[in-house]
Amino acid sequence: MVVGSARDIVETCGVPRFLFVDYPLGNPCGRPWAPAEQKGLFAQALRLLEGAYGPRTTVQAPERWVEDPAADRHWRENFMALRDRKALAEAGAARRAAQATGEKPVR
Amino acid sequence: MTTTHPRFVSYIDKSREYYQAQGYEAPYRWATEATVPFAPMPGPLKSLRLGLITTADRAPRSEGRAGMLYAQPLASRGAFHTEMFWDRDATHTDDPETLLPIAAAEAAVAEGVLGSVSPRFYGVPTEYSQRRTREEDAPAILSWLQDDQVDIAFLAAL
Repeated sequence: MVVGSARDIVETCGVPRFLFVDYPLGNPCGRPWAPAEQKGLFAQALRLLEGAYGPRTTVQAPERWVEDPAADRHWRENFMALRDRKALAEAGAARRAAQATGEKPVR
Repeated sequence: MTTTHPRFVSYIDKSREYYQAQGYEAPYRWATEATVPFAPMPGPLKSLRLGLITTADRAPRSEGRAGMLYAQPLASRGAFHTEMFWDRDATHTDDPETLLPIAAAEAAVAEGVLGSVSPRFYGVPTEYSQRRTREEDAPAILSWLQDDQVDIAFLAAL
């Protein structure tokens, strides 16, 4: 089974059982330093293992990263936001130039 | 576009637009399977062994592909290298339990809910090449799981 936060990527691939944790990428098994929540999510994963009866079964964990609607919208929209297209174009060009000369790409 | 009813983020759309803005015209072709396998649980959870798999790295990417895949004893748990695709503005990955729930799995065993946890955890770090994933990485991980007599593969995707 898979536990993750990129629902579209996992469902596009297709897996037998998927516990979707609707958090920013990086904490699929629960928020940092929150052992009770991590334990609760693992328990949900075990219930999904037992309950699924066919492939592509997705269960969405009820946990929310933040309750405030504005803060919720912020983390969703902020990631990979296209704020400065000129800077992005320049970063891409610099990366291609570095790769062409055999240097390590800059992430 | 203003989203009035937020739902889950499409990372496929976001990353395509982001890399197009960087001048990469050809979008990444994400893996998609026409047929998805399914195996019922081979017994009650309390009789089964679960293996924990992460997509996080254990070594810096600068060290190259050699040694990227790993199987390591649970006792060697600790920090992962997480250089790849995750949200550095919203959160952090300093707590390894957010990536791989070793403590939660051990607690489930102690409570008698789960039979056992494999004595090793496994790493299949993020890889852009689907050929490598299919032909090299997945068979290697499967072989380790079989060596350790694992019944359930639990993959936490970073």
